[in-house]
Order: sequence, then structure tokens, then C-alpha cells
Amino acid sequence: MQTRKKYIFLTFLASWLLLFLFGGDQLRRFSFFSGRKAEARRNWPRWTDRSLLKSFADAEELQRDGDPSLLSPRERRAAWLSVYRGSRCRMETCFDFSRCEKHGFKVFTYPQERGQPVSETYGKILSSIERSRYHTAKPEEACLFILSIDTLDRDHLSGQYVRDVDEKIRSFPLWNGGRNHLIFNLYSGTWPDYAGDLGFDIGQAILAKASFDTESFRPGFDISIPLFSKEHPQRGGDRGWLSQDSVPPRKKYLLVFKGKRYLTGIGSGTRNALHHIHNGKDIISLTTCKHGKDWEKHKDTRCDRDNIDYERFDYQELLHNSTFCIVPRGRRLGSFRFLEALQAACIPVLLSDGWELPFAEAIDWGKAAVVGSERLLLQIPSAVRCIHPERVLAFQQQTQFLWDAYFSSVDKIVHTTLEIIKDRLSPHRSRSRFLWNALPGGLLVLPDFSTHLGDFPFYYLQHGYSPSKKFTAFIRVVSQGGSLSQPILRLIQAVSGSQYCAQIVVLWSCEKPPPPSGKWPQTTVPLTIIQGRRQLSDRFFPFEAIQTDAVLSLDEDTSLSTSEVDFAFLVWRSFPERIVGFPTQSHFWDPEQGRWGYTSRWTNELSIVLTAAAFYHRYYHSLFTEYLPAGLRELVDGLAACEDILMNVLVAAVTKLPPIKVTQRKQHKDVVAQQAEVKGTAGSRRFSQRQDCLNQLADWFGYMPLVSSQLRLDPVLFKDQVSVLRKKYPSLEK
Amino acid sequence: IMCASAKYNTRGPALIPRMKTKHRIYYITLFSIVLLGLIATGMFQFWPHSIESSSDWTVEKRSVHDVPVVKLPADSPIPERGDLSCRMHTCFDVYRCGFNPKNKIKVYIYSLKKYVDEYGTSVSNTISREYNELLTAISDSEFYTDDVNRACLFVPSIDVLNQNALRIKETAQALAQLSRWDRGTNHLLFNMLPGGPPDYNTALDVPRDRALLAGGGFSTWTYRQGYDVSIPVYSPLSGEVDLPERGPGPRRFFILSSQMALHPEYRLELEALQAENGESVLILDKCTNLSDGVPAVRKRCYKNQVFDYPQVLQESTFCIVLRGARLGQAVLSDVLQAGCVPVIIADSYILPFSEVLDWKRASVVIPEEKIPEMYSILQSIPQRQIEEMQRQARWFWEAYFRSMKAIALATLQIINDRIYPYAAISYEEWNDPPAVKWSSVSNPLFLPLIPPQSQGFTAVVLTYDRVESLFRVITEVSKVPSLSKLLVVWNNQNKNPPEDSLWPKIRVPLKVVRTAENKLSNRFFPYDEIETEAVLAIDDDIIMLTSDELQFGYEVWREFPDRLVGYPGRLHLWDHEMNKWKYESEWTNEVSMVLTGAAFYHKYFNYLYTYKMPGDIKNWVDAHMNCEDIAMNFLVANVTGKSVIKVTPRKKFKCPECTAIDGLSLDQTHMVERSECINKFASVFGTMPLKVVEHRADPVLYKDDFPEKLKSFPNIGSL
Repeated sequence: MQTRKKYIFLTFLASWLLLFLFGGDQLRRFSFFSGRKAEARRNWPRWTDRSLLKSFADAEELQRDGDPSLLSPRERRAAWLSVYRGSRCRMETCFDFSRCEKHGFKVFTYPQERGQPVSETYGKILSSIERSRYHTAKPEEACLFILSIDTLDRDHLSGQYVRDVDEKIRSFPLWNGGRNHLIFNLYSGTWPDYAGDLGFDIGQAILAKASFDTESFRPGFDISIPLFSKEHPQRGGDRGWLSQDSVPPRKKYLLVFKGKRYLTGIGSGTRNALHHIHNGKDIISLTTCKHGKDWEKHKDTRCDRDNIDYERFDYQELLHNSTFCIVPRGRRLGSFRFLEALQAACIPVLLSDGWELPFAEAIDWGKAAVVGSERLLLQIPSAVRCIHPERVLAFQQQTQFLWDAYFSSVDKIVHTTLEIIKDRLSPHRSRSRFLWNALPGGLLVLPDFSTHLGDFPFYYLQHGYSPSKKFTAFIRVVSQGGSLSQPILRLIQAVSGSQYCAQIVVLWSCEKPPPPSGKWPQTTVPLTIIQGRRQLSDRFFPFEAIQTDAVLSLDEDTSLSTSEVDFAFLVWRSFPERIVGFPTQSHFWDPEQGRWGYTSRWTNELSIVLTAAAFYHRYYHSLFTEYLPAGLRELVDGLAACEDILMNVLVAAVTKLPPIKVTQRKQHKDVVAQQAEVKGTAGSRRFSQRQDCLNQLADWFGYMPLVSSQLRLDPVLFKDQVSVLRKKYPSLEK
Repeated sequence: IMCASAKYNTRGPALIPRMKTKHRIYYITLFSIVLLGLIATGMFQFWPHSIESSSDWTVEKRSVHDVPVVKLPADSPIPERGDLSCRMHTCFDVYRCGFNPKNKIKVYIYSLKKYVDEYGTSVSNTISREYNELLTAISDSEFYTDDVNRACLFVPSIDVLNQNALRIKETAQALAQLSRWDRGTNHLLFNMLPGGPPDYNTALDVPRDRALLAGGGFSTWTYRQGYDVSIPVYSPLSGEVDLPERGPGPRRFFILSSQMALHPEYRLELEALQAENGESVLILDKCTNLSDGVPAVRKRCYKNQVFDYPQVLQESTFCIVLRGARLGQAVLSDVLQAGCVPVIIADSYILPFSEVLDWKRASVVIPEEKIPEMYSILQSIPQRQIEEMQRQARWFWEAYFRSMKAIALATLQIINDRIYPYAAISYEEWNDPPAVKWSSVSNPLFLPLIPPQSQGFTAVVLTYDRVESLFRVITEVSKVPSLSKLLVVWNNQNKNPPEDSLWPKIRVPLKVVRTAENKLSNRFFPYDEIETEAVLAIDDDIIMLTSDELQFGYEVWREFPDRLVGYPGRLHLWDHEMNKWKYESEWTNEVSMVLTGAAFYHKYFNYLYTYKMPGDIKNWVDAHMNCEDIAMNFLVANVTGKSVIKVTPRKKFKCPECTAIDGLSLDQTHMVERSECINKFASVFGTMPLKVVEHRADPVLYKDDFPEKLKSFPNIGSL
């Protein structure tokens, strides 16, 4: 025992001596000494005379930043016009704002010329614009012009390449050097360097192009769009693939890539290196040499083995089962892979240096993708491994939101492009970056309605606001009597009895003028009468008179009690983005007829809340009137009873959520049921019209936005065996 | 590569076997001898080095005039002009930054030198007060390194903040001879006043080759997006004048212009506005008849009225920031400080830190040509939004404008975010003022998804030893169609779970997890065995819920996957007499909590409960063996901002042994304890996150006059 201790002691002594003799320089780097080192860290000195130092500019110089000898601002702006053109275009020098002042943001598409067929994709782009609410057929009204010449594919080796574009556009009287024109392009340049050359002079036109490189991109002027295939749907579009939010992500693979490896030429650098990160376990990076006709000429030693590995995995399978997807540059900077990964909720890991990301002016890609550097490929595995699981979950959800909001159809891509340009025209009435990157997305938020986040139904929680504590009752009167019927008087009494009612607005849509104010019942809240234009869609017009966030939409023959209204309003305050109401209906897919069916019978589900008695946010009036194209509103006005279905479809398309049904007294429903029976043939005509309406709307939206719900919200003690005295809403149980 | 973040398992403290006391003393003595020796070694070995370096750096008693002088020969090289096509991937050497777990770039500062030309005339002022503050801030920050070999970014100590004070060619030569210049790669220059007469370039005229420029006055033509950083022009007034933040509310003027050197053409346009709109518009100018000794820069005049600057800015709702000869104006900083909403009129100007700051939330940008329409444009902005813009403006000043330190750190952070994009600071962190960060929630499950029904749910039953009751629960729950797995958490370490053959035979997999300690938090552990999103937490004595009720609960959860969906509801109330929160289990018209003795929720909340529970709540709950359900309610409400959903009518939760939920709840001491929990949690969370609602969810046709057999969930509410 003793000897062992001695040995230990000796060893310590020896090592100390060794340290003493040889330690010196090497030891200085030891973190062991970090305590000392921090002390000696050579920081920027604290100068003794630092308080005597002069300022970088004296106050006078800073405040008198003027020079009278300069050009006057007007002259300077005029001079800019001639200097900053072509590749240095900006909105203020190459865009004529005055064209947009009188008629607002209107877009004109050149008429199609005979013998000038356009590609399927360009056809879709044109029809998106024609379907949009900004389209105009009159060039003199237009603010923005779109050519009828197909400029999507400017690879002169391609079959779609249109020749002599220069000559053609010069012959257009409206061309005007390209001012206020928007040109779409997906492919530019060709083998071998795939430069951004379009093969014609775009002059002062705005370029909306895929695979834009930051160098030729004119910031604040051009728009980078994503590359999409010709199968990309016109409207609607497939949903994202994310069906569950799991933490940690339960996916088989961490990071995948499967694609071509270019043996030579531009883009080969990155693609040639991708195989280095393949580990065969959770990182799958597969390349094949097979592409083009003469790949075997350039083939290297890896090719055969790589090609075999490549065949062993299925691209779709990888896409579905991986958390991250590498999206490297191809010959061009952007690739189809980008949108494919986005849809698949496979977080894109971008390896495409110098790519101006799609819609980067609006979209914050840092929330949905990992923007890597081609030079640091080998760091990618460790970098993505270190991303927190919560962040991965947020990334995944953001990919789905962005896909659905801006990319899933040609309509969305084109409309996003237009909205970005529109936002530039009046910066004070434009969407903040927050709006573009939060649900439900920029397209569904109208800055003309308001630029204040608290005025929309979507941002209460994110910004700590709450919806207003009162509502506006909005009653539509269509009956031809011209006098006030009993039901409407009762309704006004019941509604004005609610402690949450701020005002009552009556939309008088009859031929006869409304009764004089003396005939209306005396109410404690202000009552306003608006003369309507006798159109069905009128009831969703954003009337100035509606001042509260919540609108209680009512028909004149609706029967409600005060406590029903009170309870429903409190429920709405918990779900301000949804429609909350009483009578409901539901839709279903009818496989026999191959169309959507509709039922107003009692069912276990609901997807439509009738606007005869429903609460919703007043913003939906603006969305209904301003966002939906005029054609759709005309369709609704043409059918007898479709406007409330459209409202439900619209809100469901925005929120992706079902409406909410609240308790109603039984007697009310009996009345409705009786009425339905009485109507007989008229009722069945109405029924089939509503069914038609539903199908036309589904067709217009490109999918069926309605979502079903299986629940109803009742007061907490509803029909519980408790004393009635304990209950806040006893009358609802009658 | 290890990343701490990816680890989920909590590691217990390692046990150190206690040595015998005698031995311990022996070893301690030995250790101290060695330690003393090492210190002695250090003294001996490193003393001379320290003296060497301190001669250069550490001695604080030095003046900026004592720095080494460097003579620049007339023919010393000049860098190329700035390259307009530079981007991070072309001109920046990322390999210098490397991969590091902290995701922080390392910044090196060159030591201060005095540069003179061949004739001994100095090239510039040695260093300005502001640049010295900026370098001090970098040096004190986490970014700083004194090791030039480890640096990713180099900051020259040559002060180029103000181009007017520079000799351009010589300054460029001084840059070129820096030891790591290498065409300016990874060098960062700070400039606030670029250009000079007659053309006033919008970027620093000093040739700088590939160096990054943090410039205060870029136009869209000189700014290299994603490479340069646009910074504010610092206003030294910020340090001199204290303007306390002003609350919202009407201000004396609607529009104010305070700049002294406006171009006459602009002034005419503004005066026209004033003539049109009367006293709500105030256009100030310099004062002509000030008595001596009054600093002209601190006064503004309108006719004979004299106003204090910058205090007058607080009197107005909107303050005009017009371009002068340069685009960037120091007045922007003063305006933000005053909480006045800047109206920026400077076509093509790149606003400070525009790469990360959302200026639309703090300012109004008006094209120069639209000055005549300014009044009506500003009138159209809703009052509530103006108040928010004022708050936002003030926040931008406090966070990014108020000192050279703030400017320096924001600049470095932006560059850092480009190099480590996967660790970048989010939009919200950059832009939300503290009040918004505090009052807002960011729901981790923000995407409106209705999970597919086919996925089903996993029932997690926490049990100790009530086997008989447990088996009954298992049998009952197994009847629910959407059950996909049953997990029994066996919390009893002293007793083994029953043999496999004794368990009820059910149609779904049944797993038993044995725990290491009898802790309540075991119920909320994110077990790998839970493969579904939906979790049904259920006590081992809840046998009264029908299969319809449970199935319906699952359907409701699918419609509200980010909420707690449960059966028995509870309420918290403010007790005015005691001035604290009180727990309520009576039959009330309101609910704010659901008991997790029977509740559906997302598995993500298990993860949050186990790893992200604030403060010591988790341990506190385990120690008190109570309130884990209240803690879960707090957690979910706090992170989502949403209320719970109570499903189906109230029932008597009767049970054979009667120790569960209601039985216990009636116990008076139990109630007191639960109230204490609420108060404790509210203080840890710093707020009361629970939301009170008056609704519960029932099937659409619940209690309706309708044949029961046609209802999806007929057996609801039976006692």
C-alpha cells in the first residue's frame, strides 16, 4: 500500500518536472490556462483620451446635409430616367406609375394572334390573368401589359422557342420600349453555359423568371418565380403531404437526394460532390450518370456503381420518407425538385449559390428551407442534424403553408407575382413581410381593407389582440310587403336585448322604400337602414356602417332569442376566424352521380352554416366583394340561393377549417323544418340550384374547400341534471 | 458530430464513490502540491510573453496618439474599386468561418495605427469617438477574437465613417497594406457618410475591392443585396438627449418637418401642404436670430416661434425624413427616438438593416413625386396602426439605432445569419418589440391540419397497483374503434406488473413501460412507443366513459389538435378577498381546464412538458405528487393561447375505490393544495395563461329529437 502511494507521488513529481521543462509554448494553447488567457485577451484598448475623441461628424454637418449646387430633385429624377434603364431598371425609373392611378391596378393581356399558338403552360398563365380580378380588356385602362407571345422557353434549341420576338414586339403599338410590361420566362440560355440570355431585348419590361441569378436580378423590379412543370394544375392544386406533426420527426431518412450527376459543364461541380455525403443509412444521396445521348463518353470510374445504387431507390419513396431534401442547382439554378420537396414537406436544403429565391421579395425562406452553400456541402449533414426538433416541425409546417398559399397552382404563382407588383405601386398600402409569411398568406389579406393587423381575423393570438367586444346585427329584408312583419320586429327586439350588440343595420332590398323611422321599433342601440341594390351578393358588401369586428348576419324571418345570441357571440370570440351560427347543412361526395351532393337534413356532420343566422368577421365582407372575381359574384346573383354557400366556401378556403354550430332552441328548428316542407316544388327547385351552385364553386376553386365537423358547441351545463338556477343559459334547453 | 439539442434523454447525476477520509486528505495534499507547481511553471514560462503583449495591448494608460506610425509610400498599391457583382458566394471566403457548434463568426480587429504619407502628413484623423465605441463594442462581444488565424471577419481600425474626413487614395493604400487584406476578402468597413460633392455617390468612394461595406446611405444601385449591410447614420444627439418614451395618444401636430437643409424645391412642396392643411402641419427651419451661445443645432424655428430640437419631434404623429445630398439622414434616428412615425421620402434608398427589419411596420415610405398627396395618404392610416408604428419606431431605435454598439452588433448578427442560416435569428426576434413578444403566442402547431382518422390514438394509462381497476379500464378503452395502441405506465418499482397471460386480451397492441421512479411526470413522457399524434391520458380508475364518448372525444381532438380535449372540466377564479387564484370544481357555467385523468392531446405537449416546462414546475409537481394536470393545462394554454375543449355532459365520476378525481376533489385540503398550484404556476409563468370559455363540445345531434340509432354517437351522457 505504502509503496503504491510513493509511486503515485513520484509519477506526479515527474510529470510536473516534465511540464516545467518542456511545457512552455505548447501549454500556452491549453485551455487549462484559459482563466489566465481571458485576462490577457488582447481586447481593443480603453484609450485614456477616449472621451476627448472627436465625433465622426459634428452635429452641424449631419443636420445640414444639403448642397444647394446640386440638381433639383425634379431634374435629378429626370436625369435618372435616362441613366438607369436596361439592366439597371428600377420601378421609379422604368415603370410608369401614372398609368395605374386612374383605374387602379388593371392588367391587359394582348389578344392572341392567329397562327401563333402558345404552349400549354403559357396558356395557363394567360388564363390565370384573365380569371383574376385585375384583368381588363381595355388597353387604355391598363397599368400592366402581358404579351401574347410565348416567352417561357428561350432555349433556342428547344421546340417551343419562338423566333423573331424582337421584330414582333417592335410592331406592337403598345410596347413603348417595354414600359409597364411583364414578361414570364421559365427557361433561358442553352448548352453549355445556360446564361440568362432571352434572345430578345426586353427593354424596360419587368421580368418574372425562374432560376434568376442575383447578379442579373434587378432588385425591387424583377420577380423570381419558381420553375413548374407543364402538368402543374391551373387552379386549386394538390394539397401538401404533411398529415401529421410529429416531434421528433418520424421519418426513415434524414437527408436525401436522387438525381443526375453532370459529368461535365456548368453545375457539375456540386452534383459531382453529392455522393460524398451518402452514408447508406439515414443519408441517401444518389446520382446517376445517365443523361443525354453521349454520357458514356464522359463516364468515370464511379458511374457504373452509382447507376446500380441509383436504381435501388425510388424518388417518390425518398421524398415521402425524408426530413430534409437536397435541392442542388442543375444546369440552371432552380429545379422542379424545389416545389416537389416543398409539397412533400421535405425541408429543402438549397445548394444553389447565387439563386434569387422565388418571391424572395415577399417570402422569408429562412423559415421554410435551409439555405446552404455549395462550397460547404460536407457540413450539411452535421448542420441539419443539429437543427432542433421544434424547429424542424416549424419548418415542415411552413413548407406546407407556403406551398398551399403561393405555389400549388399556376393561378397562385401568377397571382402572387401580380400582388407583389401591386404592392410596389403604393408602399403605404402594401403587405408587411409578416403578412406574407403568416397564415393565411398574402394573397388572402387585402391591404386595401386595412394595413392594421388587428383588423383581420387571423392575427389576434400572434399579436396579443382580441376581437372587439361588441357586434353589429346585420338584417337583410327582401320581402315584398314594404311594411314591417311580426318576425322582424321580434328579431330586432331579441337582438337589441343582447348586452354585446353595438348597432343594428338593416339592408333594405325591396322595391318599395323602407318605412319611415317612426315605424321602426325603439331600440337601445342605434339602428341604421341601408338601401340595397337588390342583388343577392349585396348582403356581403363591406358597408361603411359596419363598425365592429363581428357581424351577426340575419334574415328577416330568423327567430332567435337574446340568450342564443349572447352565447353564440361568446363562442365566436373564441373562434373569430370562423363562421359561427345556428342552422347548418352539409355536403358530401355522391359517387353515383360523380358530383358533390348537398343536404339540409339532420345529419351527424355539418360543413355549411347558413348566413340567415351566423356570426363572422366583417373582413369576410371585403374578401367576398374585393377578392372574388366579378364573374363568381355574377354566378351567385344568377342562382337563387347560393351566396351563403359561397361565403362558407370562401371562409373554408381561407381557414381550412369547418364552421362552428352552436345550440339553438328546438322550436326554431321546427319552424324551419315546417317551412321547408311547405315550400314543396319551389323548395326542390331551390335545392337543386344549391346543389348546382356547390358544384360550380368546387369547379371554380379547383377543389372542394368545405370541411366537415362532427360537433356542436353547447353551454357547459347544457341539459345537465343540475338545478336550472345554476345555469347561465336555461332558455336554450326549452 | 454531437449536438446537444438533438439529445432528448435527461442524464442523471453520476455517482461518485466516497473515498476513505484518510486517503482523501492525502490526495488533496498531493493535488495541491501539483497545482502549486503548475502555477509556478506558468509564472516562470509565460511571464516574459505577457510583458511583451501587454506593451502592445493590455496597459490601459495609453492615448490614441501613442500608436505606431505607418508611412505609406506614394506608390504603394491601391485596391481595385468595389466590385458591384460581389455576393457572399463569390467574394466571401466561408472556409475561414468553419462549422462551429455555437454558430458564431469570429471577428478580428486590427490594432490602431496612424497612417502618414511620404511627407509625414497624416492621412486621416486617427479615430473618431463613434468608431472607437464601435470597435470597443465588437471587442467586448461574443464575436471577438484576438487570434488573427481564427478570424472569419476582419475589421480594420482605419476609420472611414465619414468620407469627408478622408484622403481617399491614401486611405485605400492604408487598407491594402493590412496584413490579411487579400483583396479585401472578409473585411468589413463601416461608413455612414459616403460620397462627396458634386455627385454624392451613395457608397463609400474609397476603393475597397472585395470588402463588405456596412454603409449608411445605399441606393438600390450601389447596394449589393445579401453582401453589403445597410446601417443607420448615427445621431450623436442620441447620447446627449434623453427623450423618455411617450405613451400613445394624440399629439399636437400631425406632420412635422424638422430638417434644416431641405432643397428649396422640397421646401416649396411642403409649404404648399402646410398652406392647404393649416396648423396640423408644421414645417420648421433653422433659426436666424438666435442669441450667442445657444447651439443652433438644438433649435428650430417657425416664423418667430422657437422650438427645442429634438424634443419637438415628440409633439408630432408623423415626422418627415427627406433625402438631402445623401440618402441616409441622421434625423431618422432622432425621429425614431422620439417615437414619431418617420415618413421616408427618398427614392431608391435602402433603409437601415432592411435585410431583417420590416420597415412597413414602423414607417411610411412615400415616393418623392407623391409629396403633394402625403397628407391624404397619412390620413388614411388607422389610428390603432399609428400607435403601433410609434411603438415599433421607438423599439427600432432602442434595439438598433441608439448606440454604436447596437449598430455594430446588429451588423455582425446579420452577417452571422448569412453564414449560419440554419441558426439565424427569426423575423419575430428582430422585429417584435418586447411588449408584443410578451403578449403574443407562437403556436408550435400552427398549420391547420385535421389529422387523418385512420391514425387513431394511443391510450396511456398511468398505474401503480390497482390491477383490477386497470384491467377494467383496458377492457373498456379497447372497445373504442380508433384506439391504435395501449400503453401502461407501471409506476410501481416495488412490484412487478402481472404476468403476460393475466392481462386482458385486446385487439390492439398493449405495451407496459416500467419506470425508474414513482413520479407523476412519467405520465407525460414522450415515449417512443407512442406512435400516433393523439394521446389519450387516462387514469386507471376511469371506467365510466363509454366507447361513444371516447370515440367522440377523439373526433373532437382531430378538429382541435392543438388543444387539450378532455372530459371533467375545472375552473380557476380570482378570489377578491384573498387576492389570489382559487381552484373551482363545482358545477359552473365556465371551464378553463380539463383534468388529464381523461383527456386527449397532441404528443408534442409531452415533449414540451418533459423538456420545456418553465421554471421548476416539473420537479415541484413530482415532489408534491399533485397538480400535474394543472401544469399541463398551463403549458398548453401558454404556448397556444387557446382554451381547452370540454367534451360531453358532466357525469359523476364514480369509481369503486373512489380516490380518483371527484372523490379527491371534494376533499377540502386537496382543494387548497390545487389552488396553491394555480398561484404557484401563475407566478412561474409570469402570467395567467388559462382561458375561460362557456362552451363544451357535443355531437351535432346531441339530445335532438332524432332516432338514436341514426346518431353517430348515441351513447353520450349516460350515467
